[in-house]
Amino acid sequence: MYQTTYHRPSSVDEAASLFAKGSDAKYLAGGHTLIPVMKQRLASPSDVIDLGKIKELIGIEPTGDGIMIKAATTHSDVASSDTVKKAIPALAYLASLIGDPAVRHRGTIGGSLANNDPAADYPAAVLALGATVKTNKRSISADDFFKGLFTTALEDGEIITAVSFPVQAKAGYSKFNHPASRFALTGVFVAKTPAGDVRVAATGASQDGVMRVPAIEAALKANWSAGAIDGVKISADGLMSDIHGTSDYRANLIKVMAQRAVTAAG
Amino acid sequence: MSTVKLTVNGKAVSAEVEDRTLLVHLLRDHLNLTGTHVGCDTSQCGACVVHIDGRAVKSCTVLAGQAAGSNVTTIEGIAKGDELHPMQAAFRDNHGLQCGYCTPGMIMSAIDIVHRHSGQLDEETVRHELEGNICRCTGYHNIVKAVLDAAGRMKVAQAAE
Repeated sequence: MYQTTYHRPSSVDEAASLFAKGSDAKYLAGGHTLIPVMKQRLASPSDVIDLGKIKELIGIEPTGDGIMIKAATTHSDVASSDTVKKAIPALAYLASLIGDPAVRHRGTIGGSLANNDPAADYPAAVLALGATVKTNKRSISADDFFKGLFTTALEDGEIITAVSFPVQAKAGYSKFNHPASRFALTGVFVAKTPAGDVRVAATGASQDGVMRVPAIEAALKANWSAGAIDGVKISADGLMSDIHGTSDYRANLIKVMAQRAVTAAG
Repeated sequence: MSTVKLTVNGKAVSAEVEDRTLLVHLLRDHLNLTGTHVGCDTSQCGACVVHIDGRAVKSCTVLAGQAAGSNVTTIEGIAKGDELHPMQAAFRDNHGLQCGYCTPGMIMSAIDIVHRHSGQLDEETVRHELEGNICRCTGYHNIVKAVLDAAGRMKVAQAAE
């Protein structure tokens, strides 16, 4: 790891002003992506600004129509939260599948979303649930937030402060995980709103990161059942192909994971 | 360079380290607590697991500065004098190790698992929960036996307190 300067601000405003002063600053939340990348010398920020201990960024609160998870809340706190389990159990379940227990003790929802790894779990939930990403500057809808591989709508220095999730009539997640990293080889989150709209998002599949799956959304809107997905054709165009699975294999996984997610959602 | 102050195994410590220093190197190189191992150095193998404020974490993926002000417990801090922690005793009694390289991380993760499950554990849960700790010798069989054995001992010990 190259030399860097570590900062631990106590507020979001202080963090943003430290960022503005750094020549090439990076925010650190749980550090479970940034630190490995720095160790590999693929990143060499001049300043590392730790958001992990900022009190206003930690916690889970019920809202009028759902829940709000503040950005530096760890995966283990989401997975074990009674508030999340009651409102959107599929979201708590998704958090329980990330990495391993020690990783979940450090990794955060805000960090995962800001990084937007194409095989991360949270982007699928945020997109399928139609969540809203709140930052220190504005609110961004899930449909506008994800902009492709490791790319988001966040501007330089902008900090995710919380994510709001509306409750659903039904929601489920299923992931075929990479046996070593636990990242999604493909994971699919399905959700049906109280008004009957259906949103389906797949992670780990597309070369452009998390994506919605309109064909499965249409099938499930007509008939919410695993069987409704049987006849859906998923194109392998634009899907990832690597040592772990071809694009055709991932196209099939999207269907199978969607079916399992629907079954889990009930 | 920064001065990092934290509590390690109940003792207040302070070390002058580069900001890029990882917690595992602070422990091993500056505090000479070499029981915590570096295995893969990529947050996968779990040989470096310690507790920060009671939670199992991979110390190869935590900056020393992030642990400032926290309570860190390492494998050196769990026995009471000559009396092994019940988890250590169970690993010894069940032959839960061969080369021993993964053992400190296994034990620190296992204690965290027992705490989080209030001692209510079955084999499937233990196997699943140990997914972040890799052992290349034992085939895990005796490790799982040791964790289940220790879960019982820790429950008895807690009831006696």
